[in-house]
Amino acid sequence: MKAALGWLWRGSVLGVLAFAIFGPLANLLLWAVAIQWYFPYKLPLTYGFRYWGEVFKPTSDAFASLATSIVIAVFTVAVCLLLAVPAGYALGRRLVPGRGLLMLIMLLPQAFPSVAIYLNIARLFYMVGLNGTIAGVVLVHAVHGLVIAVWIAAAAFAAVDVELELAARNMGATGLRTALTVTLPLAAPGLIAAAIFVFLESLDEFTGTYFVGVPDVTTLPLMMFNASLAGNYQIAAITALILLVPSIAFMLLVERFLNTEMLAKIG
Amino acid sequence: MAQRRTIALLLVAPALAMVLALFVYPLGYSLVSAFTAKDGQPTFANFTKTFDLYGTDIVFTVVIVAISTALSGVLAAAIGGYLVLGAHPAAVAMLKWLYRWPLFIPFIVAAQCMRTFLAKNGMLNNTLDALGLVNAASLSGLLDWRGIIVTFVWKETPFVALLVSGALASLDRAAIEAARNLGAGGLRILVEILLPQVAGVMAVGLVLAFVTMLSVLSVPLMISGGSRTMITADMAFRVNSYSDYGVANALGFVSYLIAGSAAWLYLRRIVASEATR
Repeated sequence: MKAALGWLWRGSVLGVLAFAIFGPLANLLLWAVAIQWYFPYKLPLTYGFRYWGEVFKPTSDAFASLATSIVIAVFTVAVCLLLAVPAGYALGRRLVPGRGLLMLIMLLPQAFPSVAIYLNIARLFYMVGLNGTIAGVVLVHAVHGLVIAVWIAAAAFAAVDVELELAARNMGATGLRTALTVTLPLAAPGLIAAAIFVFLESLDEFTGTYFVGVPDVTTLPLMMFNASLAGNYQIAAITALILLVPSIAFMLLVERFLNTEMLAKIG
Repeated sequence: MAQRRTIALLLVAPALAMVLALFVYPLGYSLVSAFTAKDGQPTFANFTKTFDLYGTDIVFTVVIVAISTALSGVLAAAIGGYLVLGAHPAAVAMLKWLYRWPLFIPFIVAAQCMRTFLAKNGMLNNTLDALGLVNAASLSGLLDWRGIIVTFVWKETPFVALLVSGALASLDRAAIEAARNLGAGGLRILVEILLPQVAGVMAVGLVLAFVTMLSVLSVPLMISGGSRTMITADMAFRVNSYSDYGVANALGFVSYLIAGSAAWLYLRRIVASEATR
C-alpha cells in the first residue's frame, strides 16, 4: 500500500513535469497541423497540411529565409574556424604569453548583456554599408560563435600528443606536412564539435540579426518572429519545427557525451 | 624563442582583432553614447529621460530576472538532488530523460511555444479546464510578466540542473551514507550536506543564466507584447521607433550594471569562501 502511494506521488510529480516540458511543444505541434482554430474551441476545428504546402513551395518566404539562414550559418562556421583554429592552436599549446588574459577577452562577448552591443554594431555597420547585408550578419554571428570555437579548439589541440608530432618530424616530415597529416586529423573531432555548435548558434540567432539584418536579410528565426507577431500561428509553428529539427538531432547525437561523469570533470 | 612567440601571437591576432572590433569597440561606443547628447556634448540627460520613461521597466526587469533565476536555482537543486538521492532507478531514469529537453530548444522557438501554450485559449488553460480545476472562460492567460518568467525558467532550469547534477555526481557518497545511517531524510541531506559542496558550480550556472535572460530579446517581444515589458524590448523600441540611441544606450548601461551586480555578488561569495577556508 505504502509503495503504491509512493508511486502515485512520484508519478504525479513526473507527470506534471512532463506536461510542463512537453505541453508547450505539443501546443506548437497542434498549430503546425491546424487549419482552423479559434476561441473558444479547445482543439483545432480542421486539421491538415495545407500550410506546410505554403511553407515548402519554392517561391515562399520561408523557403528563401531557410536558404538565407543556411548560407549565413555555413559562412559563419567558415569564418569562425579560420580564426579559431590558429588561435586555438597557439592558446591550447601555451605558445603565447598572457594566455589567461587572452582566453578571458575571448569570453567577453558571452558575458555581457548583448542587446546594447548589437544595436551599436548595427549603427557602426550602417556607416560602412554592412547593415542589411549577408556579410554583416555573418560577422555578428561569427563574433558570438568565436568564443565557443576558440575554447573548444584550444582544448582539442591541448589534447593532441606532442610526441606524435615529434615522431613525424624525426622521420623527415616538414612542419606543414606534420600539421596537415598528424595534428589536424587528431584534433578533428573537437574541431567538428566546434563547427556544429557554431552552426546551430548561427541558425537560431535572433537578436543580432534583428538589428543588423534589417531590412534586407531575413533569416528563419526572423521570419518566424514576423509570422508570429502577424498572427500567422500556423506558419510560425511550422517554421519553429524546422528550427527544432537540427537542435533535437544534435541533442540525440550528444546524449552519449553529455553524461554526468564527463560534466563532473568540467565542474 | 622570441620568433616563435611572434608567430604564436600572429596566430591569435585575427581572432583577437575580431573580438576587439566587433565586441570591445561597440561596447565602448555604447558607453560613450550613453553619456553624450545629440550635439556631442557630455550629458546625463539620457539617464534622466531613461529613468522618467523606463524607471518602472528597470525595476520590472530586475524583479523578473531575479525571480526567474531563483526559481531556476530551486528547481535545478531539486532535480539534481533527486538524480543523486532518488531511491527508485526507474523514476531517476525518467527524470534524467525528461528534464534536458528545453536545453537544446532555441529561445525563439521556446517563445513561440509559450506564446500559444500560455495564451487565454492555450493548452495550459484548456487542460486545467478539462481537469475541472478552473473555468477557462474566466481566465485571462499568462502572456505578461508571468509568461516571461515561465519561459525563462523553462529554458534555463535544465542548463543549471545539468551543471549541478554533474557536480553532485562527483561528490563522495560516503557522507550521504553516513547521514542516512544517522537518520537524516533526503531533503535534509540535500540542503545541509550536498548543496553547500556544489555552491560554486550552482553560482556559476545562475550567473550565466542571469546574464542570458538579460540578453534575450525575443522572449519579452513575443510574450508580453502590449503590456509593461523588459528593458531589452525598450531598447529595441527606442532605436526602431525614434532612432534615440542616447536613451537606448543609457538602458544598455543599466543592463550592464544589473549583470555586473550579479557577477559582483558571485565574486564576493568566492572571496568570502576563500577567507573562511
